[in-house]
Amino acid sequence: MADVSHGHIVAAYDAEFKKLTKLISRMGGLAESQLANALTAIEKRDNALAKTVKDGDKEIDALEREIESLVVRMLALRQPVANDLRYIVATLRTSSDIERIGDYAKNIAKRALALNQLPAEPLLRGVVRIGRPVQTMLKDVMDAHLQGDTGKAVEVWEADEDVDALYTSLFRELLTYMMEDPRHITPCTHLLFIAKNLERIGDHATNIAETIHFQVEGVALGERRPKADASNYATLQPEDEDGDDDDDDLREDKDESDA
Amino acid sequence: MSAVETNIQSETVVPPQTATPSNVAKMRGRDVCVFYGEKQALFDVNIDIMEREVTALIGPSGCGKSTFLRCLNRMNDVVDICRVTGDITLDSQDIYDRAVDVVHLRARVGMVFQKPNPFPKSIYENIAYGPRIHGLTRNKAELDEIVETSLQKAGLWKEVKDRLDSPGTGLSGGQQQRLCIARAIAVAPEVILMDEPCSALDPIATAKIEDLIHELRENYTIAIVTHSMQQAARVSQKTAFFHLGNLVEYGETEQIFTNPKDERTQGYITGRFG
Repeated sequence: MADVSHGHIVAAYDAEFKKLTKLISRMGGLAESQLANALTAIEKRDNALAKTVKDGDKEIDALEREIESLVVRMLALRQPVANDLRYIVATLRTSSDIERIGDYAKNIAKRALALNQLPAEPLLRGVVRIGRPVQTMLKDVMDAHLQGDTGKAVEVWEADEDVDALYTSLFRELLTYMMEDPRHITPCTHLLFIAKNLERIGDHATNIAETIHFQVEGVALGERRPKADASNYATLQPEDEDGDDDDDDLREDKDESDA
Repeated sequence: MSAVETNIQSETVVPPQTATPSNVAKMRGRDVCVFYGEKQALFDVNIDIMEREVTALIGPSGCGKSTFLRCLNRMNDVVDICRVTGDITLDSQDIYDRAVDVVHLRARVGMVFQKPNPFPKSIYENIAYGPRIHGLTRNKAELDEIVETSLQKAGLWKEVKDRLDSPGTGLSGGQQQRLCIARAIAVAPEVILMDEPCSALDPIATAKIEDLIHELRENYTIAIVTHSMQQAARVSQKTAFFHLGNLVEYGETEQIFTNPKDERTQGYITGRFG
């Protein structure tokens, strides 16, 4: 991947590319730390940190607007083509994915504030278990974006499947807890949303990976996108006491959604 | 890899066959070399100009694109020291064959130049001249009709129909250029070559010419040399990039401008050298 930010006859054009790269890497870095802090806020029951995350999202939003106006300006003034055009379009798309990731991190922080008012929940570590690979995906995909590394992007793209699997198993775990004791319902619902947010962050990282592939290769990543999880459609009947049957229900649902 | 890949190393550069109106090569260049005296200006150019498509030739100054364009209707014949080797065919007929009447060839392959160059005659005579010397009409009524339809096709009729007797040189630059296009159309050519037809025009006149090119494509095969990459991207279906006398890359315009295969093409169209 030829570096887009040098070699133009018009030096100001190079400067705009450098600025765009700087903005997107700052945005990605912020999203990474927002996510890390949101997870820590849950794990350590840290209200102050959760509030910091809540307020920090504004900065990501501001960066997205800045990238958007720079991109519009570059499109209008430079009429970019070829790899330049793909880089600019890819950066714009990536910035909106990161903006959503920022929103999810903020939402996780808000739920951390709610959770922290409730008794400690043993299932917290399940959420943290999803959080780790999602963090890695986000970090790797931002590195891949900055390095134009398609191989790494494809790895991230494939890693989404693991996150989906973790989400599905956590979903079932949470349902079991809620059925055992209705007092778990409030915290578990929050945890469920947090898990869903993490899973969505993974999806956005996957989007970014696809964008990188388009940016570098000039063609879309193809059709073998990792399957969506089936847990949204899973059912567990409270009167159904037999755990094996639950397994079968889930398995069938997954098969249907795959087909 | 997408279907639009072209292989410039091979003998022939055949553009990918997608959504073309006829999928027939109207003109073909095979191993075309051009020499000006000792200096070689073009090196083994292989290209198919597809029927009823617009082919844009782009590249930095001195890359050979205008030289190649001028080979297509033997305009280089008038340059004494110029020598052309290789084959150029029009409908599979060698245009450099001795039997070919150059005047007839240039009626079939018309040309529009960078600077509008109407004859110092009336608007009517500018158009009527060609059909008259080629004997395309039998009477005044037929000639009148050719003048009108040519001006209409060139999008100029409405503007000049009330002053056909006033001199063509009195028109604005954009109108003059459309007059020249009308003049080229009047002799019923099959191919129209355009050598930077908009470089002396303002943006509005340029837009009108581009719109015209778009319409003309339905009936004519067009090859256009342009320094404006945006123009090439807008008006053409195929783009050929020339550099230092070589045809570097030739393919679908969309592919050339979004995902060029050759580093040099990418460098040129993104504004990194030239």
